[in-house]
Amino acid sequence: MNIPEDCRYSSDHEWIRSDGDGRFRIGITDYAQDALGDVVFVELPEIGLKAKANESICEVESTKSVSDIYAPMSGTVVEVNSDLADAPDRLNSDPYGEGWICMIEADSASDVDSLLDAAAYQELTEG
Amino acid sequence: MNDETDLQKTALHRLHDELGGRLVPFAGWELPIQYEGVVAEHRWCRSSASLFDVSHMATFDIVDNEANVAAIEGLTPTNLATLKPGRSRYGLFTTFDGGILDDFIVTRLDSKLRIVSNAARRSTVTRILSAALPHDQLQEVSDVALLALQGPAAASVIAQLNPAATRMNFMGSMETELADVPVTVSRSGYTGEDGFELSVPNTYAETLARRLLDFDTVQPAGLGARDSLRLEAGLCLYGNDLDESTTPIEADLGWTIGKARRKRADFPGAKIIIDQIENGPQRIRVGVLAQGRRPIRDNTKLTDLEGNVVGTVSSGGYGPTLDAPVAMAYVNRPASEIHTKLNAHVRDNIVSCVVAELPFSPTNYFKG
Repeated sequence: MNIPEDCRYSSDHEWIRSDGDGRFRIGITDYAQDALGDVVFVELPEIGLKAKANESICEVESTKSVSDIYAPMSGTVVEVNSDLADAPDRLNSDPYGEGWICMIEADSASDVDSLLDAAAYQELTEG
Repeated sequence: MNDETDLQKTALHRLHDELGGRLVPFAGWELPIQYEGVVAEHRWCRSSASLFDVSHMATFDIVDNEANVAAIEGLTPTNLATLKPGRSRYGLFTTFDGGILDDFIVTRLDSKLRIVSNAARRSTVTRILSAALPHDQLQEVSDVALLALQGPAAASVIAQLNPAATRMNFMGSMETELADVPVTVSRSGYTGEDGFELSVPNTYAETLARRLLDFDTVQPAGLGARDSLRLEAGLCLYGNDLDESTTPIEADLGWTIGKARRKRADFPGAKIIIDQIENGPQRIRVGVLAQGRRPIRDNTKLTDLEGNVVGTVSSGGYGPTLDAPVAMAYVNRPASEIHTKLNAHVRDNIVSCVVAELPFSPTNYFKG
């Protein structure tokens, strides 16, 4: 299972990568995409959405089921990966790259420090 | 229903494990939902050939004589008397209220009738057959595996093992050998593709499966792809599209009722079913296509454009061949015309839909 060192992780199986200036790119982990199976639809959040930590901001649907994506930190959605509208399978093929979901400008950039690091997330997935 | 702890295993359990199948509980059995992935397996089946393990299906053998045929015809509007040797027919067991107890395939083999029905309805079908037939005339077959080889390349694979089997048309059946293994071969399936169902003694099942998987054109496929393939082909799933509160006419399966049977009106629920044939049902099963990519799943409410509830989705999901959401639904008759615009209510979203022809993906049955 691929767990890049340069990301932080939520216990809901999302990755969070700093883009600088208090902005964080968000997606689902390799573990999550494998468990979901083929992703067939991504409902992207609206740009400008005020997200609260641990609240649902959008949905990802696989052939099997619908899953909520939770904001890993409070902030504002400033960018979304609109390519996913026509190519939701990018969540499976490149979850940490082309399969990114949205960018959040954190209310407090230091919130990211409370998220799991790669080692702790690996432990979670193996638990 | 069994607990997950005492799930039954098919004869191919070890092979599924070895092939990386993701095993899940299904109707009391442990079966692979997928190997490589549902979408890839679905597309492989439409373009080449896929091997499915459907050993969970219930198989019953009945001594073929006039009395037994009459007894079974007392449970179903399907005409068994006119079924030719070496032929299969799709049929329905009905309730006295005209509902569907189960759907099945019946095959006339040498001196016996074979009925294959749904795993989840095994106890119901066992109960009605046992009540209708003498004890020594009915046998539930538990020592066979059922494999399905489906897709446009299936016939060339079977031809290399036994050319005679590929001379049969759709819904033909024969007891023969494949790769030195005794097999009952039926040219049928649940995908909309040309294909074969292979009933094989458990002891030979893995040998035959490995022999089939040796062909470059054959890949294993799981229950996930089986479901999306049958949905695109417009085929019903018992428990979703069919149940005891749904009649054959509502399900648009009136074609399974023989003319002579309609005339005799001697099957359970005949009065209600024949009334619906003559006057039309209140609601009917239709295909539904949704705009955009959001799947509409079973139990989704459908309204007309004025907001009146006109129906409910019975099966729905992503159709890999169409690369779009596909669904089947029961709708009120006025809303059942092809091209009728409807709205599907998916959580907080309204999805624009249209009533569409079934099947969604053209069927490729071999008719000679």
